[in-house]
Amino acid sequence: MPLLKIDKDECAGCGACIDACPFGAIVMVGDKVEVSEQCTGCGACVDICPMAALSLPERAQETSEDLASYQGVWVWIEQFRGEARGISWEMMGQGRRLADARRTSLTACVLGRNARQIADEAVTFGADRVFLADHPELAEYRTAPYAGILSGLVRRYRPEIFILGASSRGRDLAGSVATELYTGLTADCTGLDIDPDSGLLRQTRPAFGGNIMATIICPNRRPQMCTVRHRVFETPAPDPDRRGQIIEINPALGKEPIASRVVDFIMEEGEVNLADARIIVSGGRGVGGPEGFEPIRRLAEVLGGAVGASRSAVDAGWIPYAHQVGQTGRTVRPDLYIACGISGAIQHLAGMITARIIVAINKNPEAPIFGVADYGIVGDLFEIVPALTEQFKKRLGGKR
Amino acid sequence: MNIIVCIKQVPNTTEVKINPETGTLMREGVPSIINPFDTYALEESLRLREKFGGAVAVISMGPPQAVEALREALAMGADRAYLLSDRKFSGSDTWATAYTLAHAVRKTGPFDMIICGKQAIDGDTGQVGPGVAGQLGITQLTYVFKIRRLDPEGGTIIVERLLEEGREIVEAKIPVLLTVVKDINQPRFPSLAGIRRAARADIPTWTAADIAPADPSRLGLDGSPTRVVTICSPPPRAGKAEMIQADSVDAAAAVLAGRIFSRKVL
Repeated sequence: MPLLKIDKDECAGCGACIDACPFGAIVMVGDKVEVSEQCTGCGACVDICPMAALSLPERAQETSEDLASYQGVWVWIEQFRGEARGISWEMMGQGRRLADARRTSLTACVLGRNARQIADEAVTFGADRVFLADHPELAEYRTAPYAGILSGLVRRYRPEIFILGASSRGRDLAGSVATELYTGLTADCTGLDIDPDSGLLRQTRPAFGGNIMATIICPNRRPQMCTVRHRVFETPAPDPDRRGQIIEINPALGKEPIASRVVDFIMEEGEVNLADARIIVSGGRGVGGPEGFEPIRRLAEVLGGAVGASRSAVDAGWIPYAHQVGQTGRTVRPDLYIACGISGAIQHLAGMITARIIVAINKNPEAPIFGVADYGIVGDLFEIVPALTEQFKKRLGGKR
Repeated sequence: MNIIVCIKQVPNTTEVKINPETGTLMREGVPSIINPFDTYALEESLRLREKFGGAVAVISMGPPQAVEALREALAMGADRAYLLSDRKFSGSDTWATAYTLAHAVRKTGPFDMIICGKQAIDGDTGQVGPGVAGQLGITQLTYVFKIRRLDPEGGTIIVERLLEEGREIVEAKIPVLLTVVKDINQPRFPSLAGIRRAARADIPTWTAADIAPADPSRLGLDGSPTRVVTICSPPPRAGKAEMIQADSVDAAAAVLAGRIFSRKVL
């Protein structure tokens, strides 16, 4: 039985709800609509109905918890080999804005080994307070100790909002912490703001491969937790004169062995770090083979960018999976995305549609990629890409 | 090796079209498939069973028709399948879903490993796997793209995880929950014998009452901390592509480079 209730006496059979439903759960039967088991109770249809014939059950209100006792915005600072990851500073910029909107403080959580300088940096990026857990066992990220320490801090200091970057580690950690705390977690947000009436955090995220945007709230549990995608928010300018409080905490580690251990790390050589890349040059089926990626690599190199690929190029074995952009690969958000020989299947678009500037180079003038591109050239990528590389080389001259 | 695989039935988005007038998804007649990442999870579990023995059980939570996904998993070679379906589960967010799945996992009996896809292609959250691990209090290893070594006697596993900067090699004690990425294997097709066996198989449906130790207030919409307030289409990309044409390739490349320069992204 689906959650949605349809008042058949009121339903005018206009079908507005059918179009509004992201799950295809509403169908016209005769001159009235009916709802199927596909309904998830998301509520997208309720306000659309001109007859107010649709309703969802009211939820029980949480009363046991004193929500007002949760205050402040927290950000987790991700580190790798003793250096903060850029995505964390993006979170600090947005965390500062949210804290100011809520007239509250911003706290950074730094976990690592010899991580004092990251804590200092966090202050320059806007933290009023930093919790610093410095311990040899925290040198490398591992879920259990990191989640345990953060859950303990949340229980004790009760933040209202907790933001993490949606990196692999951030998503791994956030899922664990929110489970432990029994609170709401919204993954991969691309928008965060405070509702002026309720003061709740409105968390907007894409779903269905970017085909819909959902805005999600966490009304009755705290903290309101979310992960945020790379490069959605600007990195703030650090202020070296800023002052903040650094509180060292001594995690109770080392008594019990931790159930996992990082034994090695193989750095990806060259230009694979798609998540952080400001510029990505991608190749698809049109590159024709592994060697077809050579001109793409050269263009990426001249631009100081990363190399991406479509699913068909990866599935054909022309380039490793780590390069794949799209629904079953990585979601990227560069300033410039140059798609070479990529037709633009909906799954690929899902991974790159939020790039600031999209350039498409394709033989087929009907390729869907041109529908989302800012600039397009119809033609042979093996002629155009090298010509473009030469142009950039000339213009960039000694700058790169 | 007793392995549990959690799968989700999702719409086959390769066939989803967007209504050009309303901008919403047109899902009518769109077939449902096993979430692609979950097929990698299933394939990996079948390979481990072939190597180390044991059994593979598959669990899915969803509407009654999700039984089709479970039948497909049986056809691929899973030993047992369980459907979690109850109106009381409707409206579950990732927390409530993980809570429900974890109770189902407990009911299936002792296990060495749980394998999930890294995320579902409809919700795209990647949170249910870590949620199940958290509920069960076992180690999670996410974004796994290779199992390097599994030592059932010693109770250890070594995997490679795909992270932004490269591949992390981690050793952990069993039981573990893995979430796997696409590159880990190439899923098999169901065999004819498998399809026949799956068609006859009995797939129990578990309701909220069947996972009774689960707190009913933590199930479904009521048990879900998050709530969707609005759903809309993303803003379309402004305007149409400027198609660059010129007498020669070099001239076209020069124009394009100029355009990109003028946007100040380099």
